[in-house]
Amino acid sequence: MARIELAGVGKRFGSVETIRDVNLDLHDREFVVFVGPSGCGKSTLLRLVAGLEDVSAGEIRFDGEVVNELTPPERGIAMVFQSYALYPHMSVYENMMFGLKLAKTDRAAAERRVREAARILQLDRLLDRKPRELSGGQRQRVAIGRAITRDPRVFLFDEPLSNLDAALRVQMRIEIAKLHRRLDATMIYVTHDQVEAMTLADRIVVLDAGEVRQVGTPIELYQHPANRFVAGFIGSPKMNFLPATYPKGIAIPHEAVEVGVRPEHLRLGEPADASVEGRVLAVERLGAESWVYVDLGLDDPLVVKHAGMADLPPEGAVTVGLPAEACYLFDGQGRSLPRAAFG
Amino acid sequence: MSRRTRRRLGRVGFYLLMALIVLYAVFPFYWAIVSSFKPGSEMFRIDFFPPPNLANYYAVFAEQPFGRNILNSLIVASAVVVLSLALGLLAAFALGRIRFRGRSLLLFTILGVSMFPQVAVLSGMFELVRALGLYNRLPSLVLSYLIFTLPFTVWVLTTFIRALPKELEEAAIVDGAKPFTIVTRVFLPLLGPALITTGLLAFIAAWNEFLFALTFTLSGEQRTVPVAIALISGASAYELPWGNIMAASVVVTVPLIVLVLIFQRRIVSGLTAGAVKG
Repeated sequence: MARIELAGVGKRFGSVETIRDVNLDLHDREFVVFVGPSGCGKSTLLRLVAGLEDVSAGEIRFDGEVVNELTPPERGIAMVFQSYALYPHMSVYENMMFGLKLAKTDRAAAERRVREAARILQLDRLLDRKPRELSGGQRQRVAIGRAITRDPRVFLFDEPLSNLDAALRVQMRIEIAKLHRRLDATMIYVTHDQVEAMTLADRIVVLDAGEVRQVGTPIELYQHPANRFVAGFIGSPKMNFLPATYPKGIAIPHEAVEVGVRPEHLRLGEPADASVEGRVLAVERLGAESWVYVDLGLDDPLVVKHAGMADLPPEGAVTVGLPAEACYLFDGQGRSLPRAAFG
Repeated sequence: MSRRTRRRLGRVGFYLLMALIVLYAVFPFYWAIVSSFKPGSEMFRIDFFPPPNLANYYAVFAEQPFGRNILNSLIVASAVVVLSLALGLLAAFALGRIRFRGRSLLLFTILGVSMFPQVAVLSGMFELVRALGLYNRLPSLVLSYLIFTLPFTVWVLTTFIRALPKELEEAAIVDGAKPFTIVTRVFLPLLGPALITTGLLAFIAAWNEFLFALTFTLSGEQRTVPVAIALISGASAYELPWGNIMAASVVVTVPLIVLVLIFQRRIVSGLTAGAVKG
């Protein structure tokens, strides 16, 4: 249970600035996901919150108390690492017990907490095993169990699912969501996978090049991206961007513009408010839907998500309709232009 | 020549070469054992399987304080191993895990120490030993042996510690472990194979060392095994008691072989398996 505030937080390694002026206010018990492309600084930001790195500028506050100078255990955090980082020479039981022993927790209470965590994560029968005798998913659960037993105020996850195969990832995603409802800790979760971000988060923080690009609920980010970066990052396949000009006679506050439209909103073969003509480059049939790549003579092909099997010959001409209500407009700096401005 | 004959010939050649290497490595030791069983009169008669005659062994222990010498060697070698592993581990943690100015310079200086030949440091070491009042006492040997055991202990352990995943250390930090706890409770168990290997090498180096042991000890009671063996003398200046010398060599070689055999399996085991995904 903790409200976490970041005020003007920055981090530099030598002359490289990896985090620049981050201001965030995370509510108590919130599930916040830091998402962004690799190298955007999301893991560094998490490590700053954890206390594994010192901030170069700004303040981090837990429940109003400045924690800049506190060590990770003093901050009351627990962390699940990407590689799990289990102690290989200790059994599952000892792994979960290690932190409690160091904290000199009362023996019986510690034992109870470990058993409880093991029960929640279905590790009861594995307590005597060594990490090398466990599967990837089980190791992941031990890593989470080790974090639970610490009864932390803040739970930190650093890309915890990226080492698991696809099926297990979905299963663990659901378990983590369940865990969040069950524990009353604030959780911060770092991932580069926007599906994980969309499904788990109460709020998402999109980071790029060490800066926060937008903070909001998954639906807000999907429906009202603040800029071209967020628009392109959230959603799969990613949003299409088309160069555009204003019709003559409209007073334009911005010069260059781009129209953004999501693949799922494009209409294949039926004209809409606006239409473009192109040539089919490729069709990827996924069963329930098909992704159609249409060459418009631009750098990138237009991607259309079509429900069902799109039965189109390659190289064939095709019309794609753009419904006006699903289009976004971005100015030369990549900022999202409000709809009212041209409505 | 068909493929099959060629392959067969190749295999024969391989085993011949193997046999040659084994012979080259093992024959001197075998010859030492054989010689140690022969009384002086038969020493120069070629006899590959003499009846075991333990007279030389009795003589070695009777004519000088050889038991005491072995004990000295054991004390010195064990102290060297314990000290160099303890110091090496702490140094390796700092050198492998903590970033500070001049770290690689320090590492190379440590390595540089081991490049000086022993004779070069002998006189300086002698002055130091005298100044510390350690002359003709075992601690002088422990102190001087650390010169050549510490550099490689530090280097090997630093390499191993660097290879341990950083997240493991961070997990321990999050669990509330202080640096000393991390070294002793997390790193130490994982470094087992590395500690055994370097410890064994340090033990062998200390067990075999001759020059410092000869220079820093005076009385027979304080000698270590290599010096004691070298100073075994016969009845007259013209006689070298080969039988006694061989018996003594066999006695002090056996412990080393046993040690290597005991630990050889641990040396190769991969303890970190399962630490990080896999």
